[in-house]
Amino acid sequence: MSDRILLANFEQEDDLLDAIGELRAKGYKVLDAFTPYAVHGLDNALGLKPSRLTWVCFVFGMTGALGMLWFEYWVGAIAWAVDVGGKPWNSLPSNVPVAFETAVLLAGFGSVFALLAVCRLYPGKRSTPQLERVTDDRFVLVLDQSDAQIDASQVAAMLRPFNLLELEERIVTAGGIE
Amino acid sequence: MAELHQNEVTPSAEALATLRPTLITGGKVPADVTRDVCAPMERSPTLLWWGAFLLAASSLLVGVIAVTYQIAMGIGTWGLNRTVGWAFDITNFVFWVGIGHAGTLISAVLFLFRQKWRTSVNRSAEAMTLIAVVCAGLFPVIHMGRPWLAFWMAPYPNTRGSLWVNFKSPLLWDVFAISTYLLISAVFWYVGLLPDLATIRDRSKSPWRRRIAGILSLGWNGSARTWNRYETVYMLLAGLATPLVFSVHTIVSMDFATAVIPGWHTTIFPPYFVAGAIFSGLAMVLTLMLIGRKTMRLENYITVNHIDAMCKLMLAMGCIVGLAYGTEFFIALFSGNPYEQFVFFNRALGPFSWAYWTMVSCNVLVPQLLWFRSIRRNVAVVFVISILVNIGMWFERFVIIVTSLSRDFLPSSWTGYVPTIIEVATLVGSFGLFFTCFLLFCRFFPVIAMAEVKGVIEKPRRAPRQESAQGDAA
Repeated sequence: MSDRILLANFEQEDDLLDAIGELRAKGYKVLDAFTPYAVHGLDNALGLKPSRLTWVCFVFGMTGALGMLWFEYWVGAIAWAVDVGGKPWNSLPSNVPVAFETAVLLAGFGSVFALLAVCRLYPGKRSTPQLERVTDDRFVLVLDQSDAQIDASQVAAMLRPFNLLELEERIVTAGGIE
Repeated sequence: MAELHQNEVTPSAEALATLRPTLITGGKVPADVTRDVCAPMERSPTLLWWGAFLLAASSLLVGVIAVTYQIAMGIGTWGLNRTVGWAFDITNFVFWVGIGHAGTLISAVLFLFRQKWRTSVNRSAEAMTLIAVVCAGLFPVIHMGRPWLAFWMAPYPNTRGSLWVNFKSPLLWDVFAISTYLLISAVFWYVGLLPDLATIRDRSKSPWRRRIAGILSLGWNGSARTWNRYETVYMLLAGLATPLVFSVHTIVSMDFATAVIPGWHTTIFPPYFVAGAIFSGLAMVLTLMLIGRKTMRLENYITVNHIDAMCKLMLAMGCIVGLAYGTEFFIALFSGNPYEQFVFFNRALGPFSWAYWTMVSCNVLVPQLLWFRSIRRNVAVVFVISILVNIGMWFERFVIIVTSLSRDFLPSSWTGYVPTIIEVATLVGSFGLFFTCFLLFCRFFPVIAMAEVKGVIEKPRRAPRQESAQGDAA
């Protein structure tokens, strides 16, 4: 990543999506986009791959289900074998509800903590870049300036048909975008 | 904007009639959503809020006193006897768990069904779920009599053997189901709140609110990459919460259905309980929403169309519940089992028939009014119906639990049941806890999921773009 980036502000999601399409078609590198809500089709426009967090969910869920089934079997048939209503000690049907709940619990917590880890979200983290209106009603796309040594005024002219509101240049430091 | 309307082809009236009505009225743009939803948090609370809060907090205090007393004295302070071993407390438990179910239905099931209208109500419905499950969880713990030993329900290595919990008992399944439900609901609610907490962080003037929202929003910046993953995880949570919510009331019903008591020992219980739970929960959501939209001036967000949609859901659930009541009677008759037949005649005509007919009137007869569009769109009538359904559903649990127990196989052990003032005070206290928490939620959190509503409001139309820009791209 270069030291300098360009931030283009838009008022509407359609403008943002069209502008991203245009820039990418012309070979510019769109680093990221910031939006107040999940914009439908933005991941395709930016070429983002589907998240692999579903696998995390699956693995945690299976761990919960199988781990709990084993534990219930061990408790009910080995460690503390008690005859309950004449059921077999290793009665599988009566072990299903708790195994299911454990699977859901682990899968849910596993995926959320994986999300926070992958997105590097944690309590006390400062939001970077500081784009206060993004959480309200602004759509911002981030353009890497290094690739083609692009000229800000040229980019601004190109984005004007997409109702560009503002184009600002920011410096990237070790702590993130200023 | 004026010139672009001339370019547009005006659609015919029939074509427009097939479109769904606008979800959010008042021509709102994203900035309006932020402002309107944050407004109740940013102004000082109204007198009405203080009045409601004082009433709720006083009821909570009554409950705290009652619970302290019954823990100190033992549950002999209740009206239970050797025949009726479960009554008021378990009724309240099942009632509150049921209330929670509508929140998950709205936030998870309707999400999977792509029902966009859910965005206006899901946040508060989820908060309702969370608080209701907390209220519910208190009752079994109180019922233990020695609540300080509640940790014995957890399977942990101990010095008593190790004496493990009994995984073959539905009561233990319930411990896992309710605690999982509480935790997953809390996580689902919090994950949904993240973008909105960032909004509060970025717009707050007061430094302490900015700091708290800053910590809670975990540095959320609205990046497309984060949204991409966030949407995936939200979908996963919805997919997990959907079977979870059905499993929870299924397991609650198994607390009864696996017993041999006539009137409990039926296979219809799981679907019957789940439908009843969602039915009662929708009624509670409507009660809360109808007050909330008025007092917080959110009529443009929770419109008559939203109320209409929730009424249709409530009607559907009410009909399933009504069908279940009928099926229970039919199966009792058809089974040829005299104990089963007696229990149902006793419910309808015995000493608790007043409770039974209250239940039937409130849950089956009154909701039939919702077949009429004019009634579904009449806020005052819907409010009254929602209250009646809440009452009816409380009585449903009371009828199932108390009538079945009070007259079982052995006529010599038949007896009645009258709740004591302590039990009633505990119920009042649980409502106090529920409304205290809900009022605090309305005061300190965005009651509408701003980031989701912004995604479903109608986008203003723009003039067709200059062809030159497209031409260059090619």
